Amino acid sequence: MILIAIDHAHGSPRRGAYELVSAARELGGEVAAVVLGGPEAAPVADALAAYVPSVVHVDDASLDHASHERRTTALASVAADLGVDVVLLGAGRSGQAVGPRLALRLGGALLEDVAAVRRDGPAVVAERLAYLSRASLTVRAEVAPVVVSVKPGAYPVAAPADAPGSVASRSVAFGAADDVARLGERRSAARGRVALEEADVVVCGGRGLGDAASFERLVVGLADELGAGVASTRAVVDAGWRPYDEQVGQTGKSVAPKLYFALGVSGAVQHLSGMNRSGTVVAVNKDGDAPIFKVADYGIVGDLHEVLPALRSALAGLD
Amino acid sequence: MIIATYVKHVPDAEARLTADAGRIELDDDAYALDGMDEYGVEAAVRLKEAGLADEVVALAIGPARSEAALRTALALGADRAVLLETDDDLDPLAQAGPLSEATLACGAELLWVGGKQADWDSAALGPAVAEALGWPLCDWTTELRLEGREVAAVHDVDDGSEAWRAPLPVVVTTQQGLNEPRYPTLPNIMKAKRKPLERQPLTVAARVVTLAAALPSRARRGVRLEGDAATVASELARRLRDEAKVL
Ligand SMILES: Cc1cc2nc3c(=O)[nH]c(=O)nc-3n(C[C@H](O)[C@H](O)[C@H](O)COP(=O)(O)OP(=O)(O)OC[C@H]3O[C@@H](n4cnc5c(N)ncnc54)[C@H](O)[C@@H]3O)c2cc1C
Repeated sequence: MILIAIDHAHGSPRRGAYELVSAARELGGEVAAVVLGGPEAAPVADALAAYVPSVVHVDDASLDHASHERRTTALASVAADLGVDVVLLGAGRSGQAVGPRLALRLGGALLEDVAAVRRDGPAVVAERLAYLSRASLTVRAEVAPVVVSVKPGAYPVAAPADAPGSVASRSVAFGAADDVARLGERRSAARGRVALEEADVVVCGGRGLGDAASFERLVVGLADELGAGVASTRAVVDAGWRPYDEQVGQTGKSVAPKLYFALGVSGAVQHLSGMNRSGTVVAVNKDGDAPIFKVADYGIVGDLHEVLPALRSALAGLD
Repeated sequence: MIIATYVKHVPDAEARLTADAGRIELDDDAYALDGMDEYGVEAAVRLKEAGLADEVVALAIGPARSEAALRTALALGADRAVLLETDDDLDPLAQAGPLSEATLACGAELLWVGGKQADWDSAALGPAVAEALGWPLCDWTTELRLEGREVAAVHDVDDGSEAWRAPLPVVVTTQQGLNEPRYPTLPNIMKAKRKPLERQPLTVAARVVTLAAALPSRARRGVRLEGDAATVASELARRLRDEAKVL
């Protein structure tokens, strides 16, 4: 049986949850979903029941904001009780921390941050990127069960199933080791904008914007116009113009939107590793030799302060 | 208190990769200490310089050439080094057991691991070794203070950051912004050559094997739009709608 671990926020599954449903269906076999969290997560479990035959809701409010250890224990109990051979989770920060712990606890293997996963006879095989996303590796798990963290955006969002599934609530027992870490205040720069990993269009600004005010006016302005997610390079984050959670690249987020704008971005390997799976890439840079042009579908050599206002009017003028 | 810090010898970001017979090949001199591990070495050394730690031990798992990464860690201020030597390409879960044993063997109560490895693009070793040790994990750490035997940290989570506290022992993984690593000075590089470096052979079964490797490149249109701002802007808008069909 395949178990998918559901990420959710504000009472709804994240888009990644429906991508995991697609991955599980492609793998084939029985599928169950697990949702962690108190009463606020009940609608999440109900929503998932339209997609998979069986949903387990670990109904425990302590899981609403829980340490990796606590979440691992909850998932491990459910996985062990169901006797699963594959667990799928999203390769966001939390999934990347919980996945290895869970795989080790279950005595299995981890296929990490994969772009595709399939069965090869009894084995589970995956494709993943390595070497700052410059190489693609085919990897096989040598022991079972197999925990697979799936790259956001790697699979399409699934359609509902023909027949609705059922939801069962349960509790799990935690141990002393699950409560050693104490989590404090969470700060998120809620901006009422589409989440970066879920955006179809991403507008990324680099140091070429010159200052925070130009970033806000030109990059955020264009993103608002397009209903797009806002991203930035590390140089921008280090300069304090934008928050860390907008950073794309090796140490930031990995995105694969349909359309990616790289504006005043030089195209360092560490940045490319977070965006080179994007569909169409547009680059605007005043330096015609900038490496970003090597990964661009459309390149404009020019000054952002001239090109971007013109682009906004041009986009607004499309019928 | 003893601090252990894991270091990995990884290809330099600018190194040219070639895929040969399903393996990624590189020259030996294209490797360096992983930038994410440097943050951990720096953090450990600063705690020692502040009088909060007695010893910093650098630990590596890998082939003989990994000694170079350990020597860099020693030049940056680590006191001694241990290399668990293997030519096998071990996945992070396979490394977790031996790394946890090495951590316990040196008596460390704080283990630093790089947030993401530049070869496997993996963030799994920190969580895996925390599991093997049964210690709590603070991942993607941007700030850390020791208050007596209590660790007070701030780390990145999916949509922002979060305060994190736990008593020692703990595993901590690094994130950029944690510190600005120093450069090794020539006298310290010389001194590092005389610091103790112990090698132990390692045999452990891999849990994941690599079947094939390739260097994919996505075909890009590579169209340059020329002309004044208004012309290139309307040309781009039109092509995004009619040619790429993304608007
Ligand atoms: C361990 C490690 C991890 C890293 N992780 C990341 C990561 O996750 N993400 C990331 O982005 N980086 C990362 N980096 C940093 C990376 O190497 C680059 O330094 C960074 O991406 C550069 O950002 P940038 O393109 O904004 O700035 P720059 O490289 O300074 O480029 C600015 C560009 O703007 C252009 N420009 C300037 N003015 C204008 C104008 N008026 N109009 C048009 N164009 C203009 C310039 O020609 C230039 O190409 C990492 C580095 C290390 C060592």
